[in-house]
Amino acid sequence: MFRLFHEINVDWLGKRRFFIGLSILLMLAGMGTALYRHRFHPNGSEAFNLGVDFKGGTVVTVRFKQPPPVEQLRSSIQSAGIHDAVIQPVLDKSGEFLIKVPQQGAAQSEATQTQAGVDAARSKVAASVKGFGEGNAEIIGTEAVGEIASKQLRTQAIAVTVAALIGMLVFIAFRFEWTYGAAAVIAVFHTVLVTLGLFAIFQIEINLTVIAALLTLVGFDVNDSIVIFDRIRENRKLYRRMSLYDVTNLSINQTLSRTVITSGLVFLSAVSLVLLGGQTLRPFSLALLMGIMFGTYDTIAVAGPIMVWWERKLEAANKVSVTTSRDSGLQTQPAGQRNGKGVGKPSRAALKN
Amino acid sequence: MKKKNLLQRSIVIAVVSIAALYVVFGPHGRRPHLKDLTPSGIKANLAQNIRLGLDLKGGSHLVMRVKTEEFLKRLTEDNATAAQNAARDGGFEIKEARAQTSPGNYSVILTAGDPAKANEIREAVQKKVDLHENAGWSFSASGATLTWSMNGATQKALAESATDQAYKIIDSRINAVGVAEPTLQRHGGQNSHQILLQMPGIQDPERVKQLLAGQSHLELVHVVSPGSPTPAQTYATKEEAIATLNSGGNIPVNRRVLPYLERTELATTTDTNNPNAPKPTRWVVVESPAIIDGSELRNASAIQASAGAEDYQIQFALKKNGADKFGAWTGSNINEYMGVVLNDEVKSIAFIKSQIFDSGEITGRFSKQSADDLALTLRSGALPAPIEYQEERTVGPSLGQDSIRAGVRASLLGLGLVVFFMLIYYRGSGINAVVALLLNMILMMAGLIIFGATLTLPGIAGIILTIGMAVDSNVLIFERIREEMRSGKTIPSAVEQGFKHAFVTIIDTHVTTIVSSVFLYFFSSGAPLIRGFAVTLVLGLVINLFSAVYVSRTIFIWLLGRKGRRADSLSI
Repeated sequence: MFRLFHEINVDWLGKRRFFIGLSILLMLAGMGTALYRHRFHPNGSEAFNLGVDFKGGTVVTVRFKQPPPVEQLRSSIQSAGIHDAVIQPVLDKSGEFLIKVPQQGAAQSEATQTQAGVDAARSKVAASVKGFGEGNAEIIGTEAVGEIASKQLRTQAIAVTVAALIGMLVFIAFRFEWTYGAAAVIAVFHTVLVTLGLFAIFQIEINLTVIAALLTLVGFDVNDSIVIFDRIRENRKLYRRMSLYDVTNLSINQTLSRTVITSGLVFLSAVSLVLLGGQTLRPFSLALLMGIMFGTYDTIAVAGPIMVWWERKLEAANKVSVTTSRDSGLQTQPAGQRNGKGVGKPSRAALKN
Repeated sequence: MKKKNLLQRSIVIAVVSIAALYVVFGPHGRRPHLKDLTPSGIKANLAQNIRLGLDLKGGSHLVMRVKTEEFLKRLTEDNATAAQNAARDGGFEIKEARAQTSPGNYSVILTAGDPAKANEIREAVQKKVDLHENAGWSFSASGATLTWSMNGATQKALAESATDQAYKIIDSRINAVGVAEPTLQRHGGQNSHQILLQMPGIQDPERVKQLLAGQSHLELVHVVSPGSPTPAQTYATKEEAIATLNSGGNIPVNRRVLPYLERTELATTTDTNNPNAPKPTRWVVVESPAIIDGSELRNASAIQASAGAEDYQIQFALKKNGADKFGAWTGSNINEYMGVVLNDEVKSIAFIKSQIFDSGEITGRFSKQSADDLALTLRSGALPAPIEYQEERTVGPSLGQDSIRAGVRASLLGLGLVVFFMLIYYRGSGINAVVALLLNMILMMAGLIIFGATLTLPGIAGIILTIGMAVDSNVLIFERIREEMRSGKTIPSAVEQGFKHAFVTIIDTHVTTIVSSVFLYFFSSGAPLIRGFAVTLVLGLVINLFSAVYVSRTIFIWLLGRKGRRADSLSI
């Protein structure tokens, strides 16, 4: 039979400093870029390239039979009274343009304290492209979101993501230990941050579908962690004398082929979405693609180490206060056995099963 | 025992698969026909069964917000005027009456001439105007200042009822205009005051948008001017008009200054085809409150201004109550000027020749379309508050087609790649996984159809991802079986143990995702897209338990059963 890995025996936890360091570096790079753009960038205080869903404004998709030069299109739109429009040719289809119009008159609406609805950008663009010949241009799509709606969507996107994370934390805490839950959720949060950071660096548009993609990632990623945690739980019953450190390494190694195959297959699905899914789904597909890579990495490199570190801290604390074991029925070892002296140095011999 | 078990399992799987296939590909609402088995028949049924979202089939998606703060503001202002009038009618001196309106704070403030009379004024006002405690207004007085403030709960309740009323009016307007298969529903959270309208097939919603938002707030007012035969008093600028009020640049509560587009000057413009051509605006001072308003309308219709003319006007008739009021007023104001005000714009001014009871007209050089639309909105009643559009998404049919094509292609490629890998890597058992996967997809589609879910572009993406997730369960099981085999177990026991151990993990992973999806569902009231995604995800996970665990297991039981005791090898 085909096998990806033969008798792998990697000390993943031993490399935790490197992994955690790399993760922090990635997060800093992304968030730093976002912060830099937000605070110091000369023109354009945009940390993220937010789509109309979250920023408000209008995107009009126009299809031309005989596309005019972009410059001509720009000046015609400008003379229709639309300012700061961005004209972007659609990559996959010649003759199609996205005309992105920021929310107009925002300053004025702030002064009067009433929030504006969507602009009349669609009709203005429609009027201005008519000048390129009768029947030449056709508006094939519009997306316009007003100030209040975009604010709502923004709050809701954050609320939804946080709610999903909390839901998982609670469930894993219930099913395993809360340290496991916290580790898995921190790992997922890290992936979300890194993915958002990449979106900031490459200025890929963030819209509602990207949030959907991030939420999917959260699910996938926690799944990966749970597969490993499940194995840890099982192995701790099997190898009672082995330290948590070694059990974790062993469990990661045992499930590695599954982790890689599953992630690889989802990755393939995401690649086909990037290639064939079209312009509309591209930000979604890219978010998935990046997220799957980091999600796979973080279950091995982030969730495991954090969980082991935390458990050890707790055990140290427990030892000081001696007393009762907080073990649930899932982990039946007495506290003394759980901590084990070999925790710091992995006993390789124990891995040979 | 095993044989029976296998038979039972096979029957369950066969029934579920056939039912699912029928739901997806079978005709609905009629008897199956032989034609349903031809490729074109299957295609037609499929297109009929799956409900496509607007982003795939084309159409408009509009989210509007009822500006309830405007409603509360207008209500407070009306109360301020009424309170002033009530106090003066009671013989009290009122120095100033004003309405204080800012978001969250709506108050009527009267300044009495004599502070000692505050309580008497309060009684006089509350006898006539509904500013009682139990109407939701709390009273306070300090010195000569009397203040009635609207309670928070009342604000909420009134805003909510304004939204409800707006919803009903929009509903009747939509029905009157004849949009095919519209969906209208409340949108977003409790206090968002939003309404979602979806109109399949409508690419350019501009006309519908204007029609729905048309406030059509009609009022008949008394114009402040010397009576006929002196021409009605109008002013060139707003400032000039305000100056005549002698109130230090402010407009008193019982007066309004409104723009007036004069008809006489319009006649001199050559562009008669365009009723929207820029016209010089004059200003007039009118009395507030109005004599009657649009709520007293019985009917309104568009008629030609004169036989064969291109411009149209609106003829309206009043209800009994309104007619009585109007008749009484016109009877005692012969030769005075009256204005027809539409959405705070004076449309026409005429002097009262004789008593008028129940009908009138709005002239204003309307085109046929705009006169029809205006009559329609007048008939449906005035919106309690203006509405604004917060989201507008339109998709043309060609863009939708492109999206479907892209989505289907991406799904097929994704599916192909996964199938290819599974067959190469797990060989014989790969077939098992592929069967489970295909069944999963069919069941998924059937599930979407049964629950009446709408397939959107992100939904297609979700299905593609389900391919990856569905296969994960198989990978988990197969990897575990391989492990068990490596540790020296017999094939049947390795399969048994593999399923048993993997099952715990599968349940854990599935339930975690379901838990988070439930959270998603409840926190995404304003984003139907994310909500749909959550539904798809849960559906996919539940189906996956059936296809990847139950079906795969059955195939293994059948396979091992066929080999009997000699099951010493397994293609995995």
